[in-house]
Amino acid sequence: MSLRSEVEDFLFHEAALLDEWRLDEWLALLTEDAKYRVPSNDAPAGDPADTLFLIADDIQRIRGRVARLKDPHAHAEFPHSRTRRLITNVRAEEMVPGTFSGSENVPGTISVHANFAVYRMRRGGNESVYVGRYRYLLRRVGGELRIAMREAILDSEELGRLGAVSFIL
Amino acid sequence: MSQQYVVNDPKGLDFRVHRAAMVDARVLEEEMRRIFDRCWIYAGHESEVRAPGDFVTRTICGRPIILSRDSANAVRVFINVCRHRGAVVCRERSGNARGYTCFYHGWSYDRDGNLDGVPGESSYPTTFMRKDLGLAQPPHVDSYRGFVFVSFNPDARPLAQYLAGAKEYLDLVVDQSPTGEMELIQGTQEYTIRANWKLLVENSFDDYHLMSTHKTWLDYMKKSGVAIPKPPKGHVMPAHGVGRALGNGHAVIDNENFRGRPVAKWIPIYGEDAKPEIERIRAELVSRLGEERARRVADTNRNLVVFPNLVVNDGSSVTIRTFQPTAPDRMEVTAWALGPKGESPKARAIRLDSFLTFYGPGGFATPDDVEALESVQQGMASWREIPWSVMTRGMSKEGEQLNTDELHLREFWIEWDKLMRDGA
Repeated sequence: MSLRSEVEDFLFHEAALLDEWRLDEWLALLTEDAKYRVPSNDAPAGDPADTLFLIADDIQRIRGRVARLKDPHAHAEFPHSRTRRLITNVRAEEMVPGTFSGSENVPGTISVHANFAVYRMRRGGNESVYVGRYRYLLRRVGGELRIAMREAILDSEELGRLGAVSFIL
Repeated sequence: MSQQYVVNDPKGLDFRVHRAAMVDARVLEEEMRRIFDRCWIYAGHESEVRAPGDFVTRTICGRPIILSRDSANAVRVFINVCRHRGAVVCRERSGNARGYTCFYHGWSYDRDGNLDGVPGESSYPTTFMRKDLGLAQPPHVDSYRGFVFVSFNPDARPLAQYLAGAKEYLDLVVDQSPTGEMELIQGTQEYTIRANWKLLVENSFDDYHLMSTHKTWLDYMKKSGVAIPKPPKGHVMPAHGVGRALGNGHAVIDNENFRGRPVAKWIPIYGEDAKPEIERIRAELVSRLGEERARRVADTNRNLVVFPNLVVNDGSSVTIRTFQPTAPDRMEVTAWALGPKGESPKARAIRLDSFLTFYGPGGFATPDDVEALESVQQGMASWREIPWSVMTRGMSKEGEQLNTDELHLREFWIEWDKLMRDGA
């Protein structure tokens, strides 16, 4: 199987878990040092150390985010939004060790780019489409693909009518 | 206005707001003329433009504007509209420019706003005066400690006078900076809320909702090792805080901090490795400001509303938030993070991380505020059956009002009512 097919299978599985709100199973796909980021719309290439993001979670806050989303007191997502993720244009490549800095330098890291359209439906005619691209760093842990970093970069000029990224984008 | 929207009867201990004020399109039209066109309105921060030619564009009071530095490096605000046919002249979000050229017929303006190019100018008759056709400016532009305001009211009183007691609270924010200057951090949160703009005014400094609306945030803080005290006797919140009126419709809640602050109260969420940095920041504050003022700056959280639509929250981080109504049930919100100019990379990273736990469209709190406001707006559709919202918390108290009372909300509404009734 090609690397791309393997990565696509993995991303489609992840999308199904998120669409079905199986958030604990989703958490299990992450590495112990995973990061989840959504940059501000006007600074899509920023670094969360010096740029305001919408979301810049380390693993501790990702776990906190999941705990929150499972709690009926997370009012923005209760009742849960219905979401449907369409993921396309997947490109995957093994990264050459030593040519990148930080977490990207772990041997066997796979760099992934993909496009997404995520539909979010809530009552009251509140339907929105989040369009953008994903950037992933995947690693093999015990032979299984795991997410070390996932970044959802929105294409819209501003978050605008999308309102919030209160679910896992 | 024939409808009475605010009932304020201190003797009868009655204060009510009419819900039609949140749904009626005629009210919004009146607000634009009587409030937004008459008050001082926040336009941006001086640090957004640093060198001659730097500019940012945005919409204030329904008008497209350019906030920029001119050739003498002075902060300027221009109405971003061509004097010829009215097209928006500068359509980029930000940048540095020698000048601005309208693409429609090619009129061009220099960075000082002068009209310096008109294609085929010789076809205009002698009555055509190029010098009178520079980019228009609001009648008044002024700033206070880096915060730039405009007023479209030729008769506006001076900004310093308008800000009244709000100045003290802007000072508290700026005093955390060793350089005496704060700067806007790159990255803008821009989102729409399907609710009336005044609901966000209320929400931005309403601590009465914190324990119920933001339960998941409090739980996350607790789980992360932050001590959340039991509310003191007579309190709803974990720590004491007060609501204060500051004049001219401005008001604040001013709370003892329990939730950690980048300047300068460490909490476990920041991580052990952040401790020395927070201690260093605190020591600098004490040496510069003295123990008492340092405590005031570092150990209190303040949510400030500058009438009508500027919010400066100095809590888990510092955020500037402003919002423009676009319909009775819709507003466009812009939020930024503000930090001390020259702060260390480590301190900046702590500040931004702390910001995101609470604030913003992906934070653990703000999305639930948005949900609450949209829920209220849906409820407002029943204003004919339930016309009034009661706003009397704390009204019978002499003296100090709590942050969970509603004195500060009433202050906003009293000024709103006054301006909406004044002849204009």
